[in-house]
Amino acid sequence: MDDSARVEKAARQVVEEHDPKKVPLREFLGACYDAGVAWVHFPEGLGGLGVSRGLQAVADEILQGAGGINPFAINPIGHGMAAPTVLEHGQGDLAAQLLRPLASTEHIWCQLFSEPGAGSDLAGLATSAVRDGDDWVVNGQKVWTSLAHRARYALLLARSDPDAFKHKGLTYFVMDMQAEGVETRPLRQMTGQAEFNEVYMSDVRIPDSHRLGAVGDGWRVAMTTLMNERSSIGGTSSVRGVGAIGDAVDLWAARPELRTPVLRDKLAALWTRAEAQRLTDQRARRSASTGSPGPEGSIAKVVSAELNQAVYEFCMEFLGPEATLYGDYTLRDIGRMEDYRGGIQQRFLRARANTIEGGTSEVLRNVIGERVLGLPGDLRADSGKPWKEIPRG
Amino acid sequence: MADTAVEEAPSIEFVFTSEQKDLRKAVRELLAARSDEATVRTLMESDPGHDPQLWARLGGELGVLGLAVPEELGGVGGTLVDQAVVAEEFGAALLPGPVLGTVGLAIPALVALGSGAGPETAALLEALVAGTRTAALAVPDFGAAPSVTSTGDTLNGTLSQVVDGGADVLIVAATGPDGLGLYATEGGERSPLSTLDQTRRQARVVLDGAPARLLAAGDTAASAIAHALRVGGVLLAAEQVGGAQKLLDMTLAYANTRLQFGRKIGSFQAVKHRLADMLVLVEHARSTAYHAAWALQDGTDDPDLAVSVAQATCSENYQRVAADTIQLHGGIGFTWEHATHLYFKRAVTDAALLGSAAAHRERIAALVLDPAEPTGRATVANGVHMTDQG
Repeated sequence: MDDSARVEKAARQVVEEHDPKKVPLREFLGACYDAGVAWVHFPEGLGGLGVSRGLQAVADEILQGAGGINPFAINPIGHGMAAPTVLEHGQGDLAAQLLRPLASTEHIWCQLFSEPGAGSDLAGLATSAVRDGDDWVVNGQKVWTSLAHRARYALLLARSDPDAFKHKGLTYFVMDMQAEGVETRPLRQMTGQAEFNEVYMSDVRIPDSHRLGAVGDGWRVAMTTLMNERSSIGGTSSVRGVGAIGDAVDLWAARPELRTPVLRDKLAALWTRAEAQRLTDQRARRSASTGSPGPEGSIAKVVSAELNQAVYEFCMEFLGPEATLYGDYTLRDIGRMEDYRGGIQQRFLRARANTIEGGTSEVLRNVIGERVLGLPGDLRADSGKPWKEIPRG
Repeated sequence: MADTAVEEAPSIEFVFTSEQKDLRKAVRELLAARSDEATVRTLMESDPGHDPQLWARLGGELGVLGLAVPEELGGVGGTLVDQAVVAEEFGAALLPGPVLGTVGLAIPALVALGSGAGPETAALLEALVAGTRTAALAVPDFGAAPSVTSTGDTLNGTLSQVVDGGADVLIVAATGPDGLGLYATEGGERSPLSTLDQTRRQARVVLDGAPARLLAAGDTAASAIAHALRVGGVLLAAEQVGGAQKLLDMTLAYANTRLQFGRKIGSFQAVKHRLADMLVLVEHARSTAYHAAWALQDGTDDPDLAVSVAQATCSENYQRVAADTIQLHGGIGFTWEHATHLYFKRAVTDAALLGSAAAHRERIAALVLDPAEPTGRATVANGVHMTDQG
């Protein structure tokens, strides 16, 4: 039997014996894991069949065709980042212990990377991990953590050696979010809502068996995680006139009494820019699929973030005095990543984060300049110094 | 059977065939050898402003002046995307000559008239494609009424600016006894104009009873004009992309070699970020120009919308890239000896031709905004609690 037929057979057996429309979600997803179709490229016994990653589509078609929910939507950090990282870098039977409940979504995961003092400069992070017998003792604060309030486990990047160069002194762990000393608080945003959390760690003990990769090798392990993050994001809509610009056109259509010729030209200019980026996204996908990606794929984030802001700024100008009203600043729905779905005024406020989250526009322009256009790097104040000697603040 | 299957293989938007890549390479190599900057500078300060021998070679030996002319009209039956590839290279090299008048406008206008236009028109088209004769098109933009009048076999009126107006043949829209007509004339008093961009010539044309031949009248003439303006818009956009990419390459090379404060200037974030923005401008221009070419070729989008998006984007972006090129080159970028000003002037000129960016935005607004119907997706908070939850 060839690999594709094996995947197909395994997936069919799952939906026959654990009909996703009838059994609880966790049972269905657990069965997917046991049958090797949770992530087909993983080894047998760890949720996979040891076949090519491309064959996941064969399994997904059958599983989702039968009404199965894509677990990525429920446990994005777990499925997108934690599973591949734990598989690749976990010691002993750690992967066997952790992957099944991750796959079934019994355990939600989160990622503890960013800190108040380490945003763009992630490798400068200060949360400390000190070895104590068979354990590590962790102290510090993390920020902008999605799902921390619901997560059972976290991917944690911490500083194990402040005397080493900053990229060399980091170690990567799996942390139990129910361990003593872990405190999660919602982080309220300027919109009034809280999509994210802050996580405080005070003398949290992590067994050394939960270390991923070698001591001091955390940056390299983190790159595995971030590479997976990059490949799990993307695929923006290719439909004309959706997203922020769709909101603006909708508003224009709904409120003829607010129209002026000047605003009409302004909106036409924004629509044209949005269309140019939509076509550029399409072109990038086309060239990626033909195996010759060009520079066009690198600009999407920086453009769409700034365009979102410009479009909602237009909406506010269009609305005039109405723009100064607001729906409700009451904190509700903690942790729901749906802040952008409020009224225009809330979407306008939410858009301020677009040029910061997922790489600031300043850092992204450096990346485009250096990695895409081949320009030289800037002078750095932190090169060749141990982390503890680098100015911080 | 096999041949038919190959010919009918659908084109994939944004994916160039190996033949198109070879075409690009051939044109680029010829222009590098025969139309380098020194040659362009010599030609732009002499008459007729281009090298007729090179023009004939582009038409004859390379056969790249009428690639989209169908076989039944004596062409090679290529595609608009083929011609756009060539226009892009012409733009990158600032090729002097009647690129817009002949390749961009006159040839598409004659193609639109089809095989029923008679032997004289067929012979003219053949000569234009071969590069042995040149032509320009004098029509008002966006369906306005022409200022020229016709008695049927003569033309009267003054055309204050005709791009490539020194060409052998002028194809002129005029109001005749039976309404709109498209006429060909070799006459008229042509006065060369001093132009901002010396590589793209213009002339003032006084038609005082100039003998003319009616090519088409009424709806046939109107649709030929509309077709020519669309194709011209696509090819002008492709030319703008070629020029903008050339400037980005030049500026990158400069930022990677020029030293100030002991560093390559490209290491400064102020310079690096402007270059990143230039990349965005070039890539947006490229996406819209290519989309318009494929959309017209394959009928996959509203052609007027696709062309206006391309023209609005490319006109603005080429000018901004050209301005940034001067800025990042510093003082040398403002000198006569440096190539930056040649491209800057072309960018400004291109932006004004076949409709400004503002004129195309006007058309986009008419096509997209004016007919938009509310969907109720965008909610507006009115200050009374809990009304804004989408």
